[in-house]
Amino acid sequence: MSTAVDTSAAVPLPAEGDGTPLKKRLRRAERRRNLLFGALILPLALVVLVAFIWPIGSLLTIGVDNPEIHDNLPRTLAALEDWSGSAPPAEAAFRALADELAAAKGSPAIAAIAKRLNRENAGYRSLVMKTARKLPLDAAVPAREALIAIDAQWGELATWQAIHRAGGALTPFYLLAAIDRVIDADGNIVAAPEDERIYVDVLLRTFWMSLIVTVCCLTLGFPVAYLMASLSTRHSNMLMIFVLLPFWTSVLVRVAAWIVLLQNEGLVNRLLMWIGLTDSPIQLLFNRFGVYVAMVHILLPFMVLPLYSVMKGISPVYMRAALSLGCPPFRSFWKIYFPQTLPGIGAGGLLVFIMCMGYYITPALLGGPKEQMLSYFIAFYTNQTINWGMAAALSAVLLAATLLLYMVYARYLGPTRVKYMKAR
Amino acid sequence: MEAVHNSQAPHVSFRNVQKTYDGETLIVRDLNLDIRRGEFLTLLGPSGSGKTTCLMMLAGFETPTGGEIRLDGEVINRVPPYRRNIGMVFQNYALFPHMTVADNLRFPLRVRKLAANEVEARVKRALGMVQLEAFGSRYPQQLSGGQQQRIALARALVFDPQLVLMDEPLGALDKNLRERMQLEIKHIQQNLGITVVFVTHDQSEALTMSDRIAVFNHGVIQQIDAPEALYEYPTNSFVADFIGENNALDGTVVAVAGEECDVRLDCGTVLRARTGNVGAGGRARIAVRPERVQLAGEGEGANRLDATVRELIYLGDQIRLRVELAGKHEFTIKAPISQLDRSLRPGDAIRVGLDPAHTRALDVPAAH
Repeated sequence: MSTAVDTSAAVPLPAEGDGTPLKKRLRRAERRRNLLFGALILPLALVVLVAFIWPIGSLLTIGVDNPEIHDNLPRTLAALEDWSGSAPPAEAAFRALADELAAAKGSPAIAAIAKRLNRENAGYRSLVMKTARKLPLDAAVPAREALIAIDAQWGELATWQAIHRAGGALTPFYLLAAIDRVIDADGNIVAAPEDERIYVDVLLRTFWMSLIVTVCCLTLGFPVAYLMASLSTRHSNMLMIFVLLPFWTSVLVRVAAWIVLLQNEGLVNRLLMWIGLTDSPIQLLFNRFGVYVAMVHILLPFMVLPLYSVMKGISPVYMRAALSLGCPPFRSFWKIYFPQTLPGIGAGGLLVFIMCMGYYITPALLGGPKEQMLSYFIAFYTNQTINWGMAAALSAVLLAATLLLYMVYARYLGPTRVKYMKAR
Repeated sequence: MEAVHNSQAPHVSFRNVQKTYDGETLIVRDLNLDIRRGEFLTLLGPSGSGKTTCLMMLAGFETPTGGEIRLDGEVINRVPPYRRNIGMVFQNYALFPHMTVADNLRFPLRVRKLAANEVEARVKRALGMVQLEAFGSRYPQQLSGGQQQRIALARALVFDPQLVLMDEPLGALDKNLRERMQLEIKHIQQNLGITVVFVTHDQSEALTMSDRIAVFNHGVIQQIDAPEALYEYPTNSFVADFIGENNALDGTVVAVAGEECDVRLDCGTVLRARTGNVGAGGRARIAVRPERVQLAGEGEGANRLDATVRELIYLGDQIRLRVELAGKHEFTIKAPISQLDRSLRPGDAIRVGLDPAHTRALDVPAAH
């Protein structure tokens, strides 16, 4: 076709009108489109920034914030800057401390200083309070003698080392505490005393319970999703309504319903006793069992839906092809159908697991002390003891664990990693 | 290779096979069909005619509601599909997306627990057969439609089945590729000497590839014959209309004389034609192919008709004439360019001849 060649796009187009090269015009056209795309996502990007990234970021910084000494005793810290730590500090440091404690006296700052230093050395609180009561000093007397006269501890190196240690603007203290670690007097990171170790256990428990719930959801959800994917549209819509039904009730109501069902005089226990499986009520509430039952019930749709959407896309002809090639039904399912559902298992599993990791209300209402997960402690520190540093540090640990999990998922199971998908 | 079979015994036979899905309408009415060993048989018909259902019953994915299907003399109604050892090529290839091309081909061999070196040798041979040796490590999605089609064919053949079923395997390909693949499949079938049952709704595909064609309509085989016989000697109107182009003129049979009969058209003209499925006194439809109409119809003889040219369509190798004839507005004539008077114009009166040997009196299909 000779006429086709004449209009072929392969021929370089001459620059038009203003003589701008083609490439430049293309870039200009693309730029306009890119700006439009940018404008389309801008509102959401702003909302995410203001309502999500910024608050989370500032909460996380609270976890490493260390303002008490840094803000209230700046001159003392300056005087201690060149201090060797092996001999008592110079007179200037004593004077600066005496002045700053005197200035803080009577304000909330003194309590903050006392509390913060007490964390370094037990007994510091009473030392600071006792000293502050006798301040300000007579300007004629050397501050060093005067302070040591108030309490002999001011002559000890450990007392000053504590101020020096606590003086940084940032501290790893809360983060370390969140993984049961402390910094000892020599500045080494060591395991916390045995009776204070708790959060590693809680974190492991959170992981373990999330894993159990995820596995239960998968075991229960997979057959349902498979059935839904293979039924006619009318029947699968009906099943879908049953799967989605729990979504339309509040979590609190569902948890309350489980309390009614599972309590000692509840329906389940009465049924068990009536059919003679047990003589006395079985404890079903305020233990792991109750928590698992309720969590699986609440999270099941999050497993079924991704599985269903993936299975719906798998043509039944693959199974037929496998059968026609001589492969028995179960093996065909395992070798041909199941591997194609992996993206759905990955997505559903990740969704359920991550939601479990942050679960608070269900374990708090249905579990005993041994079923509380990490979020419970975050809530405890924010609502009960107002220890924002600890709450922030535990949140950071939870966030890090979740991100780590997501990275593992993206690396090994994510949609971009499943080989045949990548080939597309 | 299997033991020597009696070449006269049918490879597959359907006996009084029926199939219904809803218990009310029969998708397949009463099917009796013998498939010869080593033949290329095409099941041709419009959608819903039961041809695919027949194929699926043979593959084992559907169970006959009545009758029996025999493979090598054994009744296989209750044999599950994975024990039938029948190769199958599906409409959209059904290559396993999570396996490479080579793994797709290894799959049926590993299921049969063949030794590793035997597996590799066969995979290599199968890829060579479809000329895709270099593509073993790719995933199906990385291949073009034609390449996927070849791999699907190789996979259906790699375990040496004696019978291969194909369910509209070329439907998704473009025209040129489809025509090339038709010949390629035909050659592979001839080289291997296997029996192929091929389902299609494309009559030219059926004519190109088949040794025999079974034309289906409403769950019944209308005619089963070699392509030429089917085209030249259709036994009813459905087959005449479904395969190739056909001109139809309605009338009444006035006399039957052996193989020939006289039909009085509704306009009064009497035509002589070969007797099809009609009897004296009954309504009949004269069927004649556009290329069998003689344009040099001057002079006297049987079946001469006056016609008026309405339209001339130039097609390069031939001219199509749409003429008005015997009160019918849509009558088509195909003529080679060399045999046509180029001075013809719409409105010209011509005389055409219908050779009685190529004119058939068939049934008038019931109006739907």
